[in-house]
Amino acid sequence: MSDPQPSRGAAGPLPILELRDVAVDFRLRRRESVEALAGVNLAINRSEIVAVIGPNGSGKSTLLRVAAGLLAPVRGSVAFDGRPVDGPDPRIGLVFQEPRLLPWRTTFQNVAFPLELAGVAAADREARTAAGLLLVGLEGAGGRIPSQLSGGMRQRAALARALVTEPELLLLDEPFSALDELTRERLNLELLAIAARARMTVVIVTHSVQEAIFLADRVVVLSERPGRVVADLAVAMARPRSLRDLDAAVVSATAHEIRNHLGAAA
Amino acid sequence: MTGVLVSTRWSAIPTAALAAIGLALVLVGWKALVIVAGYPPFILPPPEMVAVRFVTAWADGTIVPHALATLLEVLIGFGVGAGAAIVTGYGLARLPLAERLLSPYIVAAQATPILAIAPLLALWFGTGLATKVLICALIVFFPVAIATMVGIRAVDAGLLELARSLRATRRQVVTTLEIPAALPSIFGGLRVGATLAVVGAIVGEWAGAERGLGVLVNLARGSLYDTPLLFATLLTIALLGVALYGLVVLAEHRLVRPR
Repeated sequence: MSDPQPSRGAAGPLPILELRDVAVDFRLRRRESVEALAGVNLAINRSEIVAVIGPNGSGKSTLLRVAAGLLAPVRGSVAFDGRPVDGPDPRIGLVFQEPRLLPWRTTFQNVAFPLELAGVAAADREARTAAGLLLVGLEGAGGRIPSQLSGGMRQRAALARALVTEPELLLLDEPFSALDELTRERLNLELLAIAARARMTVVIVTHSVQEAIFLADRVVVLSERPGRVVADLAVAMARPRSLRDLDAAVVSATAHEIRNHLGAAA
Repeated sequence: MTGVLVSTRWSAIPTAALAAIGLALVLVGWKALVIVAGYPPFILPPPEMVAVRFVTAWADGTIVPHALATLLEVLIGFGVGAGAAIVTGYGLARLPLAERLLSPYIVAAQATPILAIAPLLALWFGTGLATKVLICALIVFFPVAIATMVGIRAVDAGLLELARSLRATRRQVVTTLEIPAALPSIFGGLRVGATLAVVGAIVGEWAGAERGLGVLVNLARGSLYDTPLLFATLLTIALLGVALYGLVVLAEHRLVRPR
């Protein structure tokens, strides 16, 4: 297996996110632990969209948690914007696999939650929340509570909540995996449009090869537990992309290559 | 009255009407029992005699000072007990050491009948308001503390992680996440506590007091030999409990949104 190198030009700009030799253990019981990540090297450049793919239990979510500052690695270093990450950073937005909306709050109040915690003044908060809802097409549903929303709308609300703080880096953990395929495709398209407009850097964890190729400039393949990077492949497909591009030859070639690496990893 | 009947024809009747029918049945049964068994009024007064006594005792000021005394004890006792219980319940949920250290004593205190503790507290703190408030608070404490602990522990770990990712402070986590999430459970404890608060106040009064509905119960039964007044007092106590419970339910409807 070739030694995966983070794609970094010699004179290239500083990556926005850099993981070096990151290892994470999960303690099961006293003196018993499982290695989730074993020496992950990964550099994400500004405005890049990177998909992380890997078999179940390969530590994809763990990788994202480390990047988000929610989990400290036992070894290695994580740097965001050139500085070591020692906790959650307001410039990093995070979307979980589940919507994680507060069930007693309206959609509007849920999307406003991060601004409220950050102490943003009410008028500013309301304007930014309204803009966030508009961005994900939920402008008409602000007054509804989460139980009155469809699964897709809930995940849109979660996305809006991550966007209202205008993060430089957006981390998504299989955000649309619980949705039906049509909804997922639409949300993926919208995500691409939003990321392009805001020139946002995006790291998205997925278990769908197609989704990874459609969304990303680069696809990072993780091995089975303990996870390490086994491949880092560029997707040679122009932007903006449309769903029809999924039929292009480059997609099947890239998919073939990813599957080879996944197969080797499994 | 089988469940089938209730679910078919009786379901069309409004709750208030159903309650009125139930009350009428109880009163008719009560009256019939008095007539058929021929109980004298000092054993079982007929309902209309109790009703008249209830109205006169309220009108002539027999009940009012006692009811006010008990009401004060109940309100303060419930407030103090519930307040302390919510704080303690939170601590028990979030500090494992506190739970291991304190829970045996909390359970033991709850298992010891309040009736047996009351005389001791009266001995220590006298027969004033403080003792009743304390007894009332003690009896309210347990259900509210346990309900709070369970509610806080059940807060979705995913939401806690979300709050952490948004760099919420400890205080923000408590006020915006944990308390709202645990509120339905806390109110479950408060409902139980509301009815127990009245019990606590009466028990406290029995351990020594000059005023209160518990005192009036003893007066009516003992020195006054006025069984209709005893019934009127019991009715007052029951209504006090119902009112406090209703107040808690009202607060719950206001504070707990549908989710």
